[in-house]
Amino acid sequence: MIIPELGEYALILALCLAVLLATVPLAGATRGNTLWMSYARPLSKGMFLFTLFSFLCLSWSFIDNDFSVVYVASNSNTALPWYYRLSAVWGGHEGSLLLWALILAGWTLAVAVKSRNLPQDIIARVLAVMGWISIGFYLFILFTSSPFERYLPGYPQEGADLNPLLQDFGLIVHPPMLYMGYVGFAVAFAFAIAALLSGRLDAAWARWSRPWTSVAWAFLTLGIALGSWWAYYELGWGGWWFWDPVENASLMPWLVGTALVHSLAVTEKRGVFKSWTVLLAIFAFSLSLLGTFLVRSGVLTSVHAFASDPDRGLFILIMLAVVIGGSLLLYALRAGQMRSESSFGLLSRESLLLVNNVLLVVSCAMVLLGTIYPLIVDALGMGKLSVGPPYFNALFIPLMSIMLVFMGAGVISRWKQTPLSMLVQQLWLPGIAAIVLGIGATWLYAGELEHWVTLGIVLAWWVVLAGLRDLYNRLRHRSEKLAGLLKQSRSYYGMVLAHLGVAVLVVGVALVSIYSEQRDLRMQPGDSVTFRNYTFVYEGNKHVEGPNYTSDQGQIRVLYEDEPYALMRPEKRLYTARGNVMTEAAIDPGFTRDLYVALGEPLENGAWAVRVQYKPYVRWLWLGGLLMTAGGLLAASDPRYRKRMRSAEA
Amino acid sequence: MTPKRKQRLLVVLFIVFGVSAAVGLTLFALNQNINLFYSPTQIAAGEAPVNTRIRAGGMVVDGSVKRDSESLFVRFDITDYDKTVTVEYTGILPDLFREGQGIVAQGSLNEQGVLQAVEVLAKHDENYMPPEVAEALEKAGKMPMPEGQEFNK
Repeated sequence: MIIPELGEYALILALCLAVLLATVPLAGATRGNTLWMSYARPLSKGMFLFTLFSFLCLSWSFIDNDFSVVYVASNSNTALPWYYRLSAVWGGHEGSLLLWALILAGWTLAVAVKSRNLPQDIIARVLAVMGWISIGFYLFILFTSSPFERYLPGYPQEGADLNPLLQDFGLIVHPPMLYMGYVGFAVAFAFAIAALLSGRLDAAWARWSRPWTSVAWAFLTLGIALGSWWAYYELGWGGWWFWDPVENASLMPWLVGTALVHSLAVTEKRGVFKSWTVLLAIFAFSLSLLGTFLVRSGVLTSVHAFASDPDRGLFILIMLAVVIGGSLLLYALRAGQMRSESSFGLLSRESLLLVNNVLLVVSCAMVLLGTIYPLIVDALGMGKLSVGPPYFNALFIPLMSIMLVFMGAGVISRWKQTPLSMLVQQLWLPGIAAIVLGIGATWLYAGELEHWVTLGIVLAWWVVLAGLRDLYNRLRHRSEKLAGLLKQSRSYYGMVLAHLGVAVLVVGVALVSIYSEQRDLRMQPGDSVTFRNYTFVYEGNKHVEGPNYTSDQGQIRVLYEDEPYALMRPEKRLYTARGNVMTEAAIDPGFTRDLYVALGEPLENGAWAVRVQYKPYVRWLWLGGLLMTAGGLLAASDPRYRKRMRSAEA
Repeated sequence: MTPKRKQRLLVVLFIVFGVSAAVGLTLFALNQNINLFYSPTQIAAGEAPVNTRIRAGGMVVDGSVKRDSESLFVRFDITDYDKTVTVEYTGILPDLFREGQGIVAQGSLNEQGVLQAVEVLAKHDENYMPPEVAEALEKAGKMPMPEGQEFNK
């Protein structure tokens, strides 16, 4: 079997193509050589094909149970079902980097194929920058983390199995989506660098990079939402956000990416904030790289730190320094040439979007500080410490609340100059309605006015009602209201969906954080507990055999207002290959509440420790994430991006 | 000063004020919410503060886990093979908690030097040892290396 070797060679060839891609078109663009520039597209395609081939080779080794490959042996097992064997390809450090490289090559290919209408020198530069990034990752894989390494001469007959936490649908989809987002910011970054190199930073540039940024942002949103959902049901304890450094690593590029999406809108429409937009594009990608560094170098202690090898950490650190240092140097050299094409008043859509940007960037800085503070203190030898969730909550929640207030006003405001009187005239009604409805809804739901919940619900109403007021404004002067609805652009509806997603998310966060109820109990067969009108009766355990595990399955009869409602079956699994014990929670999902039951450990006399939870509106968290994703994708699909490209060419 | 300059000065002052307020609040929040790590040796030497949220880690001593027969109360000792600290906890222990495993407990020391834990963490790998624990063991010169296992790799 030479499949793994073929995979390795393909990767080396992809590296060679990346080197050509990074140099030839760039030289062509500098010297005005059309032939050299035209190599960019075929080189991108070749790079993608070889990376894909390499990825398929690794997948084949997993399907084929080729345990002579170290990576396969340590992440797979013959008893593992085929679909988990495939997702195990990115279940460890080496394979997930290969997935990263594949997605990077995929984005490069997409830019090469989809941007036929861009000026040739711009496309040559963008693809060349993608080539540079690819070189970094191919070198990283080949020198420090090749997934194709063999056990020689002897090799194990059986693999060590995939970490049971990762044997799950969530793992099949979470990393690819997250990487699509991370790597997608490489495209925004490449456009920014290409613009700096060419010196042509205008509205057209913003229009080209906007759809790419929106798509990347949408994928990142989806990836984070999936990660949160996975942690909720798979880690077994019903938490949905832990302020774990690895989660923070994905949240930081998201915050800056959100700022970038909004700032690009201003640059495209009004020709201002140019240097700020470029800076955001640089930081969004740098934070994606920093995330990779934090997760992959093993400096952190978390579920995700499956590898820690100083060489790897050093390599990513150097790459990070080159990317950030190089791009900021270029920025410093070129930023002075950027000129605003218009001006704006103190109160205008521009200034409100600037406030949004500042708040997002400040939140990101605060998350960054809390995440790397322990690392810095440790590196200075000043002791080991951890920063707790209260730090993040204390800063993040007020900042986001302020942002929501501005969000409502921003949607209504006009470009260039918005008279305060107009804002007041348009927003007093939504404002009062939001306060009344928010307080009313909170009171109806809880029978009390807990201040954070009330604030959250009022702000959610505020965002929705201000959005409705904006829609009303758009339709007011149209005689055909329905036709008017259809006339609105896709990017408008994308914005509406994404903002609605934020409102839904805020409702979910507020309610599930404050009104979740949890009981940790010692239960013997026959014991029961009642709260929130649900009665949970523990009826004992059953023994269940899975393909690669054995399981103690708890039988929990649930009654709703004393009527039989459901049988919930939480499990405690023993994965035989590694001897890992895993908690599989039983969840009864619902639009307004989840019931969540998990088994703790066996106690004496047939009793078990059982955790029973009531999670109100927890689904709204991920529903909000899905709405934001849909909004981002819808906005990116707006036909005007394609039309304008054609007219720009003509 | 021209009115325009005056306006700019005001804006700059406003920004400086805003930034310093933000930094001040952040550092305050940070100081309130950091949890320092102590090894059993440090705790035994009285280096750890009493009634303050801290983290402590070590190996769970064989045979030390005592459960209450009526509730989820549990008491166990953790050690760096030099000194030992008793931990009390009420609740569900993580899947990987067992005697001989490295764990980290978060909580506060009471006057008797017993750690009242509000959270017990054991990480998700059989071979894995929390790095703080590994370092504490190394310092105490008691790093165990069972055959075929590579700790803290």
